[in-house]
Amino acid sequence: MDKKSSKNKTSIKALSGGYAMAEALRQIHPDVMAVYPITPQTTIIETYAKFKADGLVETEIIQVESEHSAMSATIGACSAGARAVTASSSQGLLHMAETLPVVSGLGLPIVMCVSSRALSAPLNIHGEHGDVMAIRDFGWVQIFGEQAQDAYDNTIIALRLAEMAGVPVMPIMDGFHTSHTTERVEVLGDEIIQSFVGQFKPENALLDQKNPITIGTLALQNTYFDFKIDQEKAFLKVKTLYKKICAEYGKISGRKHSLFEEYKTKDADFVIVMMGATAGTAKDAVDVLRAKGKKVGLLKINLFRPFPYKEVGSALAHTKSIAVLDRAMAFGSFPPLYQDIVTSMQSAGSRKHDVASYIYGIGGRDTMQSHIISVFKDLEEGEVSNKIKYLT
Amino acid sequence: MNKELTKKLSSGHATCQGCGIPAIVRHVLGATDEPVIVANATGCLEVTTTIYPYTAWKVPYVHSVFGNAAATASGIDAAQKALMKSGKIKKKAKVVVFGGDGGTYDIGLQALSGALERGHDFLYVCYDNEGYMNTGGQRSGGTPYGANTETAPAGETSFGKAQQRKDLMEIVNAHHIKYLAQSNVAYVNDLKMKAKKALETPGPSFLLVLQPCTQLWKFPTSEYVAVGKLATETNFWPLYEIEDGKYKINNVQKNPKPIEEFLKVQGRFKHLFADKNKDVIVDIQNKVDDNLSKLVKRAEKS
Repeated sequence: MDKKSSKNKTSIKALSGGYAMAEALRQIHPDVMAVYPITPQTTIIETYAKFKADGLVETEIIQVESEHSAMSATIGACSAGARAVTASSSQGLLHMAETLPVVSGLGLPIVMCVSSRALSAPLNIHGEHGDVMAIRDFGWVQIFGEQAQDAYDNTIIALRLAEMAGVPVMPIMDGFHTSHTTERVEVLGDEIIQSFVGQFKPENALLDQKNPITIGTLALQNTYFDFKIDQEKAFLKVKTLYKKICAEYGKISGRKHSLFEEYKTKDADFVIVMMGATAGTAKDAVDVLRAKGKKVGLLKINLFRPFPYKEVGSALAHTKSIAVLDRAMAFGSFPPLYQDIVTSMQSAGSRKHDVASYIYGIGGRDTMQSHIISVFKDLEEGEVSNKIKYLT
Repeated sequence: MNKELTKKLSSGHATCQGCGIPAIVRHVLGATDEPVIVANATGCLEVTTTIYPYTAWKVPYVHSVFGNAAATASGIDAAQKALMKSGKIKKKAKVVVFGGDGGTYDIGLQALSGALERGHDFLYVCYDNEGYMNTGGQRSGGTPYGANTETAPAGETSFGKAQQRKDLMEIVNAHHIKYLAQSNVAYVNDLKMKAKKALETPGPSFLLVLQPCTQLWKFPTSEYVAVGKLATETNFWPLYEIEDGKYKINNVQKNPKPIEEFLKVQGRFKHLFADKNKDVIVDIQNKVDDNLSKLVKRAEKS
């Protein structure tokens, strides 16, 4: 931490996305953090460990022996009544996958910072969304970010959202492109963040010896289904809370966060929909084409789960055609974001929309401005294929 | 039902007739008046005590998955440390984990190893019924050589499990913890004495408790104490402690019974008494003798 960090004033720092998440966690100051290394997440936990070594945080750090235990220890700590967080990526996320629906099923407000990365095999440590897509329907809120600033902001929003809604949340950044790229980040004052997130007040906790509770019961055919329907109902409330928290965060930070960002889409005929770091490249491409008089735009999804179908549908209702850029493979099926956009457009009205599917950036492959421009060219020329195209 | 015994785990749970698991839980938790928090691995104990909307637990209890009970306990321990430091709680509860042999010897071994190595303040109790019983009787790393199970069945070309069970006590001991002990639900006083010591040990402690299972071992439901006693009287399951690295045998058998006495009362070893499998019984006896002599030597050195 910069020694000049102020308690109640914003400071401008040059931080990588990983450092920015760690910095947000330092200000949140969780009671417990379980840590296990995996590239490209390790910068988060290393930075946090140094904060502890330097006496900047009191957090109990548990150096677990696997990601499965990282989430398990976090479950134990949060069930006990502590504010508990962890971080992970790729194989680590899948290693702990068994425990993730437990967290959401129990309604534990755990935040896990994620630096997204490709899945083996073949082994690849670079950025893409294949890991977080594999666990997208486990009842965790997923918030994607583009820049190091988003990594910082989303971690704070995630914590507040988790505790308000009683759901687990993962703020996600693209491995390397965001996690390891140093950018300008506005860091709010420690006291401002601490006041924004407030104290953790668990409703039920193992530490309450006067009211002993049983957490993690067995539910059979007569009750399990109802549990799951209730869980879905609670999860759908997240969208409203997210918007509310983003508005409050906007007041203290001056930065706008929303379900999705609309970049020059209002009058656009052709729109690209995507998430994460490469949206920056896409915005530049939009600017280049706009300068040539083309009516193009970008819609960048921030809240991916629960998905804002209706809102996306109405935001894109006026378009002529849409290209969805997924940064994940989905073998034997159309990729996840594409499917969500098609569903959004079905709810948008009677007119059928042409929606094309593209996959980009797999295993850290660079996506250039020329790739994005070629997608807009396809749309303009009516090249809306019913096959997935790869931006290699 | 004795009110003192059911103070922490009530009656009305759904374990099988003749199951010793509730007795293990009650005697372990009954060995302290201090507050406790229980973490449980998926298994017989969990599914029979927490059928929603009921719970048999009168103390705080958490279960999440099969292989993570020790890691869950790590989190509870860390939470208590953090909240003590910040003044949100004034007293720590003892964290007690219960896991079966599947959840301890096998799928939860890594989590247990990690939690022991990190030195969390918790007691881990493995109730060892020598097989996966919640799923209906499959072999585990704790199943003994020669036993008939659903996944290592005896048959024309098989005498049951062809491997020796893991020496879990030595695996745990390799983590240099201050107190660990092997006990047996058929010896309640031994179990209570060890539970008390384990609960009073700061940092990690471990109990491996034999739990004769009527379903897997195949004996009448009235007989779990009798069968359990034979395990110790034949030296198949000696009762011992390792305290600060020093071994102590608690129940030395002056005239140990032959292993057949233990084997012949259980359906899972019935096939060993066929002529073609007689050698297996000799192997088992030799292994029992060998294990005991190693244990005696360690106890003598201590």
